[in-house]
Amino acid sequence: MSDSRFLAFLQRSRRSRSLVVGGLLTAFLMISALVSLLWTPGTIDIVIANRFKPPSLDHWLGTDQFGRDIVTMLMVGTQNSIVVAVVAVSIGLFAGVSLGLLAAARRGWTEELIMRMSDFSFAFPAILSAIMLTAIFGPGGVNSILAIGLYNIPVFARLTRGSANAIWAREFVMAARAAGKGRLRITFEHILPNILSIIIVQATILFAIAILAEAALSYLGLGTQPPDPSWGRMLNEAQKLMFLQPMQAVYPGLAIAIAVFGLNLLGDGLRDVLDPRLSRKR
Amino acid sequence: MTEENREIPVLEVHDLVRHYRLPRESLFREPGFVYALNGVSFEIQKGRSFGIVGESGCGKSTLARNVMALEDTDSGSVRILGKEVVGLGFDKLRPLRRHFQMVFQDPYGSLDPHHNIGRIVAEPLAALGPLPKEEKEKRVRDVLVSVGLKPQDVEKYPHEFSGGQRQRIAIARALITRPELIVADEPVSALDVSVQAQVLNLMKDLQEQLGVTYMFISHDLAVVEYLCDEVAVMYLGEIVERGLTEDMFNRPAHPYTRILLDAVPKPGRGKKRERIKLQGNVTGQTERRKGCSFQDRCPMAQSVCREIKPPLAPVGEAHLAACHFSDEVRAKAATA
Amino acid sequence: MPLLHVKDLSIILSTNDGPARAVRHLDFHLDAGETLGIVGESGCGKSMTALALMGLLPEMSRTEGQILLDGEDLLQKTEDEMCRVRGNRLAMIFQEPMTSLNPVHTIGHQIMEPLRLHLGLSESDARAETLRLLDRVGIPNPTARIDNYPHQLSGGQRQRVMIAIALSCKPDILIADEPTTALDVTIQDQILELIQTLVQEEGMALVLISHDLGVISENTDNILVMYGGAAVEIGQTERIFDDLVHPYTQGLFAAMPKLGRARNARLITIPGTVPDLIHMPTGCTFTDRCPLASDICRNTPPPVVEVKAGHMVACHHVQEARHRKTEELFS
Repeated sequence: MSDSRFLAFLQRSRRSRSLVVGGLLTAFLMISALVSLLWTPGTIDIVIANRFKPPSLDHWLGTDQFGRDIVTMLMVGTQNSIVVAVVAVSIGLFAGVSLGLLAAARRGWTEELIMRMSDFSFAFPAILSAIMLTAIFGPGGVNSILAIGLYNIPVFARLTRGSANAIWAREFVMAARAAGKGRLRITFEHILPNILSIIIVQATILFAIAILAEAALSYLGLGTQPPDPSWGRMLNEAQKLMFLQPMQAVYPGLAIAIAVFGLNLLGDGLRDVLDPRLSRKR
Repeated sequence: MTEENREIPVLEVHDLVRHYRLPRESLFREPGFVYALNGVSFEIQKGRSFGIVGESGCGKSTLARNVMALEDTDSGSVRILGKEVVGLGFDKLRPLRRHFQMVFQDPYGSLDPHHNIGRIVAEPLAALGPLPKEEKEKRVRDVLVSVGLKPQDVEKYPHEFSGGQRQRIAIARALITRPELIVADEPVSALDVSVQAQVLNLMKDLQEQLGVTYMFISHDLAVVEYLCDEVAVMYLGEIVERGLTEDMFNRPAHPYTRILLDAVPKPGRGKKRERIKLQGNVTGQTERRKGCSFQDRCPMAQSVCREIKPPLAPVGEAHLAACHFSDEVRAKAATA
Repeated sequence: MPLLHVKDLSIILSTNDGPARAVRHLDFHLDAGETLGIVGESGCGKSMTALALMGLLPEMSRTEGQILLDGEDLLQKTEDEMCRVRGNRLAMIFQEPMTSLNPVHTIGHQIMEPLRLHLGLSESDARAETLRLLDRVGIPNPTARIDNYPHQLSGGQRQRVMIAIALSCKPDILIADEPTTALDVTIQDQILELIQTLVQEEGMALVLISHDLGVISENTDNILVMYGGAAVEIGQTERIFDDLVHPYTQGLFAAMPKLGRARNARLITIPGTVPDLIHMPTGCTFTDRCPLASDICRNTPPPVVEVKAGHMVACHHVQEARHRKTEELFS
C-alpha cells in the first residue's frame, strides 16, 4: 500500500466510530489474554479454604465455589476463547476462500459441486451439527475447534465465490486475460486483492460467532474440558449457584458479550473503512 | 501499400458464428439462443483502421471478444498475421497474445484499483516470458511517454488519474508488447468531448508512428469517420454493409446505414431535416428470421425481403452491401 | 415577466474534501413555450441546475440566489409546497429510464399514481387517461402494454413511459436531463422528435440538458453553455454556431468529430482535463485550460458581454476571442 493510500485509510478510520470502539474492546481482550500468559492476579488452582471470597484486593471479583480466582479464570478463559476462534476461523478461511476462488475461476460443474455442497451443509443448523460432531468424536477442545471450523467453510466459500464472480466480470480481468495471464495468476493478482477487504470483514464477524459457539459448546459440556477454564463452563457452573452467587454468572456472561459486541463493531467499522465502493470513486 | 502486405492481412475473420445458450425456461422446452454473431467475415490490412459500427445488441462487442480469443467461438476462423487462433489452447495462445491487444470502454473498470500504473502497464509483458527488470522498466517508461504521460507516474494508482488519463494508461498497456493489432471497444465513449478529441488524436498519431492496425468499435459514426479508413456496419450479428469510409458515408448502399447516418444529430445545421425514418420494433437477438435481418424496421421492405436473404454483394469498388435494393439506396444518396 | 427566472443561482455541495461550488452565479430565464438547451461536459453543473429547479438537490448542498417561477421563489418553498409544484408545474425526465421506473409496479400503475394524487381522478378515469397518454407518447397497443412491467419494455419504450408520467399533470416546464444518452442513435432520434412534438402541441417550455452539441442544436431555440459551474455563453441556437465567441465553446465545437468533415483535418483539442469543482479558480472557471488566460482571469469573475442581441459571453478577452480563429487559439 502506498503512502497516500495508507493516509486515506487512516483518515477514514478516524471517522468511523464503530471501528475505534470495536478496536479498543478487541484490543482489551487480546491484551488480557496476552498478560495472562505471563502474569495473573490469582491462581486457577482449587483452594477449598478460599471458596466464595467476596471481592477484595487479593481477589478482584472474588472466588468461586472451589476457591479459584474469578479474574484469573476469565483471563485464562479469554486465551482459550481466542485460540479456539483463531484456529476455527483460520480453517474456514483457508478452506472456504480456496474453494470459493476455485469455484469462481473454474465455473461450470466445479462451481456447481462446491456450491451444492455448501448448500447441503447450510441445511443443518450450525450448533446442531457441532453437537453432532462432538457427540461422534467425543467432547474436547480440539473437536469443538474442528466442528466450528467446518461450519465456517461454506460461509467463506459462498461469500468468496459471490464477490470473486463480480470481480471476474470486470474489464480489468478481461484485460489480464487479453494479456495472456492464466486463471491461477489472475486469481492471485487481481481477484484476491479486490475481495480481501470483504473477507477480512467477514472473518471478524465469524470470529465473534466462533467465540459464542465455543462458549455454547463448553456450556453444554462438549467443548473445553476441566480443569482448563472456559467462559462457557464458568457459566454452566455458576448456573447451579444462581441464587447463592448471582454475580458469578454475570462475569463470564459479560466477558462473552464484550467480546462479541467488540468484534461485531470492529467488523462493521472495517466494512465502512475498507468498502471498495468508497475508495474506488476517489 | 505493397503487394506483399496485401497477401497477409493483420486480421482475417471468416464466417464467425457465436450463439449464446439461454438458461432453460422449463425442463421440457428446448433452451433458447442469443444469436450474437451469425457469420461475420472481413479482413484488415496492416496499418489500416477498420471501424465497426452498430447499435447495442448488434454483436460488435461479442465480435471483439471473439477476435481477442477471450471466449469460445462456435465456428469460423480468426487469423492474426495468418495464424489461426480459434480453438487454440491457453499455452499455444499465450505467445501469440503479444501481437494483438485490446483497449476497453470503461476507463474506470479496466484498470485494477489495487495495482499501480507500472504494474498495470507491464501486465501484457507476461506474454513475452521473463524479461530482465531493467528492460521491463524501460519499456514501461517509454510507452508511458509515448501516450503523453510522465515516467514518474508508474508509482501512482488509477484513482489519481482522470478518465482521459486512464484511457491513455489503457492504451499504453495495449502498446507495450508492440502489437500489430489493437482491438479498441468503444475507447472514447465514456469520455467528455474535449478529452475524447485528445485520445482520438493520440490514437491517430500512434498509428502514424508505429504503423499499428486498429479494429475500432464504436456506436458513434462521426468518431469512426474521423479515425477509420474502412467501416463495417453490423445489424443483428451480421455485417450489412462494408466499404471505404468516405465512399460509404457519402453514398450508403444499405438503408440501415442511411438511417444511422441521418439519425446523428449535427450541430449548427438548425432544426431537423426531412429524412428516412426507422419503423417497427427491433427484432430480438433471440429470434431467427427468414429473409433479410433488417426487414422488420426497413422502410423499403418488399415481399422479396421476407423470403430471400440478401447476400453481402459488391456494389462498388471495395464496397459491399447486403440489400436487394442497394442500387436504389445509392441512387437516392447521389441525388440528395 | 418570464415564466422561469433563475437569478444569481449558486449551489454549494459539502464534500469530504471541502465545499464544492457546483453552480456559480447562474442567470437565465425561460418564457412560456420556449426551449432552452443547457450543454456542457461532466461537472459543469448542468444536472445540478436541473435538480435545483425541481427542488431535488442532495441533502449535503446549500443554495444562494433565486429561482422564480411566475415570480415565486422556489428555493423558499417548503418540501410540501414543492411537492405540489413538482409534477404539476415542473416535470422531469432522467437519463436512465430503467432505474427511474420502479421494477415492481406495472407501468400503468406508475402513470396512474400522479394522476390520482395530483388531479384526484377516480380509478377508471385515471386508467382511461393513462391509455390516452401511452398512445400519445407512441407506445403501440396501449391496452396490452398498460399492465406490463418495466423490464418487459425496451429502453426507448421505457423512456416513452417516463415522458408519459412527466406529461400526466400537464406541466408548464419539462426538464429533460440527458434523456437520450443511454439510448441508441436511431431511438434517440425518435425520442427527441417525440419530445419536440409534445412540447409544441402542449405549449410546454422545455429545458433540455445534454453533453451533445448536436442534440441541443437540433432541438432548442436558445442554448446555454456551462463550464465548471458557470455559464460561459448564451445565445440563439440558430445563430450562435456561426459566431462562437467564448474560447471554451469554440474549443468544444472544434473538438467534436462531425460527420461529413474532411478526414484529414485534425481535431482541435482543449489541453488539460475537466477540473474538479473544489480546486477551481475564483475568477473564470476556464482559466487553467484557456489559451487567452491572463492574470485577471484567475481572480476576477469575467464580465458578461453582450456581443450581439441576445448573445452573451462571460469572458475577460471577448475582443481577442472573437477575432482569432479557433485553429489559432488552440495550436
